[in-house]
Amino acid sequence: MALIADYLVQGCQMLLMLLLAPLLTGWVRVFKARLLRRRGPSPLQPYRDLFKLLRKEVVLADSASWLFRVAPYLIFAALWVAAALVPTFAGGLPFSWTADLIAIVALLGTARFFLALAGLDVGTSFGGIGSSREMMIASLAEPAMLMMVFTLSLLAGTTELSSVARFMLTAEVGLRVSLGLALLALVMVAIAENARIPVDNPATHLELTMVHEAMVLEYSGRHLALIELGASLKLLLYISLLGCIFAPWGMAVVGEGLTAYLIGVGAYLAKLAFGGFLLALFETSIAKMRVFRVDQFLGAALMLGLLGALLLFVSRSL
Amino acid sequence: MSEEVGFAIMPLPLLLSLPLVLLAVGGYAVAAAHRPGCSRLVYGVTLTIAAVTLGLALAHLLTAAVPATLALPLGLPWLGAHFRLDALSAFFLIVANLSGGVASLFALGYGQHEHAPERVLPFFPAFLAGMNLVLLADDAFTFLFAWEFMSLSSWALVLAHHQDPANARAGYLYLVMACFGTLALLLTFGLLAGPDGGYNFAAIRAGQPTPGLAALVLILALLGAGSKAGLVPLHVWLPLAHPAAPSHVSALMSGVMTKVAVYGFIRIVFDLLGEPVVWWWGGVVLALGGITAVLGVLYALMQHDLKRLLAYHTVENIGIIFIGLGLALAFQANQMYSIAALALTAALFHVLNHSLFKSLLFLGTGAVLTATGERDMERLGGLIHPMPWTALAFLIGAAAISALPPLNGFVSEWLTFQAILISPELPQWLLRFLVPAVGALLALSAALAAACFVKAFGITFLGRPRSPAAARARETDRYSLSALFALATLCLLAGILPGLVVDGLAPVVGLLNGGARLAAQYSQPWLTLVPVGEVKSTYNGLLVLLFMALSGTVAAGLIHRLASNAARRGPAWDCGFPEASPATQYTAGSFAQPIRRVFGSIVFQARERVTMPPPGDSRPARLEVELHDPVWERGYAPVANAVVAISTRFNYLQYLTIRRYLSLVFGALVLLLLGMVLWR
Repeated sequence: MALIADYLVQGCQMLLMLLLAPLLTGWVRVFKARLLRRRGPSPLQPYRDLFKLLRKEVVLADSASWLFRVAPYLIFAALWVAAALVPTFAGGLPFSWTADLIAIVALLGTARFFLALAGLDVGTSFGGIGSSREMMIASLAEPAMLMMVFTLSLLAGTTELSSVARFMLTAEVGLRVSLGLALLALVMVAIAENARIPVDNPATHLELTMVHEAMVLEYSGRHLALIELGASLKLLLYISLLGCIFAPWGMAVVGEGLTAYLIGVGAYLAKLAFGGFLLALFETSIAKMRVFRVDQFLGAALMLGLLGALLLFVSRSL
Repeated sequence: MSEEVGFAIMPLPLLLSLPLVLLAVGGYAVAAAHRPGCSRLVYGVTLTIAAVTLGLALAHLLTAAVPATLALPLGLPWLGAHFRLDALSAFFLIVANLSGGVASLFALGYGQHEHAPERVLPFFPAFLAGMNLVLLADDAFTFLFAWEFMSLSSWALVLAHHQDPANARAGYLYLVMACFGTLALLLTFGLLAGPDGGYNFAAIRAGQPTPGLAALVLILALLGAGSKAGLVPLHVWLPLAHPAAPSHVSALMSGVMTKVAVYGFIRIVFDLLGEPVVWWWGGVVLALGGITAVLGVLYALMQHDLKRLLAYHTVENIGIIFIGLGLALAFQANQMYSIAALALTAALFHVLNHSLFKSLLFLGTGAVLTATGERDMERLGGLIHPMPWTALAFLIGAAAISALPPLNGFVSEWLTFQAILISPELPQWLLRFLVPAVGALLALSAALAAACFVKAFGITFLGRPRSPAAARARETDRYSLSALFALATLCLLAGILPGLVVDGLAPVVGLLNGGARLAAQYSQPWLTLVPVGEVKSTYNGLLVLLFMALSGTVAAGLIHRLASNAARRGPAWDCGFPEASPATQYTAGSFAQPIRRVFGSIVFQARERVTMPPPGDSRPARLEVELHDPVWERGYAPVANAVVAISTRFNYLQYLTIRRYLSLVFGALVLLLLGMVLWR
């Protein structure tokens, strides 16, 4: 019986991620609009967009191949599985041992790989520009993220996320320089990976500055809906990750009962709201940088991550 | 004698007779290469022999049989020829003959297009036979003989299309580097055998080299095996020679021969040299591996020749394997055998993985080459439409080599990362600085590999055809397709059932690691991979695949059922300005431009020059890219120039009178005798 309940919680978590993802995107947009003294759309607007796109027919370019039609489902599946592996309101779920943090990073890599291929599939110059820049950004962001993983797992003695979160709640963590560096690196990577300002602008269609939008330019209808939902899931994943590692308070442990879960959900929602607010604040207060500054931005993230890990490697015996 | 022992000794004579059959077939092909059906016969026989060898080796490894030895009265009269089949040989035999068999299957179709069969058919079986003999050799003479046999037969295959001056140059460079490598190995074995000349591996194992001698052996083994494997800076021949051969041979050279070189390194350093290991050995191997991995993939990103790109990627993967081996050496030096087992498992797993996906990718390139006659990516494109199956198999290979879950490349890199994460336990300070840096290099090379294979697959197979040849392409034949899909399936299986591979590797790891190995994985629930202990980290490829398949199909089913499944074809949108010319697409060069600008400006001193015509001039603008190969220009070119300069200087020695020659000989004799006297 308890086992079934555990699986139920796991299923709830997966569904919760899916349902919350568009809301978070809408939430960030509302905040950005308010900070710019605009009224802005309702936070529910992303849901309406998704439903509209889902009902529309797909227009495929003449030169599109089977990969172009399969890629949205693959990308969505990889991102959803990756998102479902991040503890949100409860840790230690039955499938949390399926993949650790390194595998989550690699699953994001799988999604990116197929998105970049889809950008090249139709054979237009915009798709190519988006794919090639995305892979350049990823070639620095992914190592930076892995360095952050190194730092965490050296501290917690594991790369499994639930255990990391549990470790971060214990008193032995304290304030550490390495953790601060890792936090900074993760925030920088999250901004780059989610195509936010200053690396990319999710609201733009100015051709020469866009990365993510250029790759998905040829997509329409249900395929576009899946890719948009995937992008929302990715944003949710990163904010959940930041929450579960650096602010694990209130998270329930599986099997604790309904009250603990409810507290967990409440805490999780509060974290998301706060994270979305910070993101909107950051985005409105900074200008977008040109593409060949991104490598310096992410190179700094990589160095911060490496420095954090190096400090731990060296200070282990002290 | 019990029946089990009898069974264990049996396979070795059989295994040794199989290369003889290969040689016989090669000999037949010398005479009959142009006869119809000869190609089928040769590749059919190599396929069968490889399959039998594979089966025998697999049986040996899985039954964990005792090592079998055999001495034949061949070769040097006072030494004889010794052969041995142990877990390490068996594992590498599996790797070699798996790829060898599949390459033969591919060649059943591909070999029909060969226009110079007399230059390929005799040497292909000989090459495979040579590699198998290296893996079975148990004394220095047999090892070196087989090693040279392997080198020379592959050299002949590199020169199969020798009319191309680039191939001739590649063959020459390969020959020089192969000679250098063998020289280093010769010295290695000389040092190991000692003054008494105990060239038998059993005698070498029993000996105890002094620390200084052992260090020298390590350096020489790195030079000898590393030059064959493609360690930077000894890799220069590899990206020239591997692509020059026909594609199924390229697959063997990149997928298998580099692994035989890795075998040589492991055999010498882990087995023959044995204990005790000094900690800085691991540091040297680690640093070399890290540099090789990143430089290899950066070189690969700058290429637009598909086969050369793959060859440079072999350099990268050899780097990853050596990172694992270096970690294992570092842990062994500190008596941390259980963690050394993890690093060794990661390295050996990557050996298997790389042989699978690199063979797959080279064979896929062969299919592209047959269909279009092109291997320059700038003239390909859109091949996914006429060749959907080849494209699918190549895509699986590309995803696997980019270390994407749930495929196999990810598992071995994950294991390597796990080994790196335990490294703070190492007591030496230098290693503690080195290991995280190598971890960063490994992460960087994995991310760059993904970029490189988006480029390789995207430019070759996606988009629109960039040349008439690419537009006329047809799907490849059934033999080739079955070979491609056999390898693709293995890539997937090794990715979702990694526990079985790790268990299969356990006897090999135990042999090299003083008995310590990873815990058995097959009993884990859901076949989860648990290398160190459940609290550390776990990975389950099977469940990841199931989850992805489930969520993808459920999403597709629901959307098609409840929302919309209508689709319409139309011209590309392209922001409202679609351009009909395929020349407006991104090319391989333009795809790599951001990375060239970020990394290449440091490593390759990449410079871009744009010449814009003045307004009103209708000439096209030109973009010129200038790249410098640091290894060649700083390392090899000065040496080559010095050799040329010295030989020009002494050229006049060829035209002396007999009187002068005699006085030169006399002078040399006096000098040598004087030296002898002073030495004593």
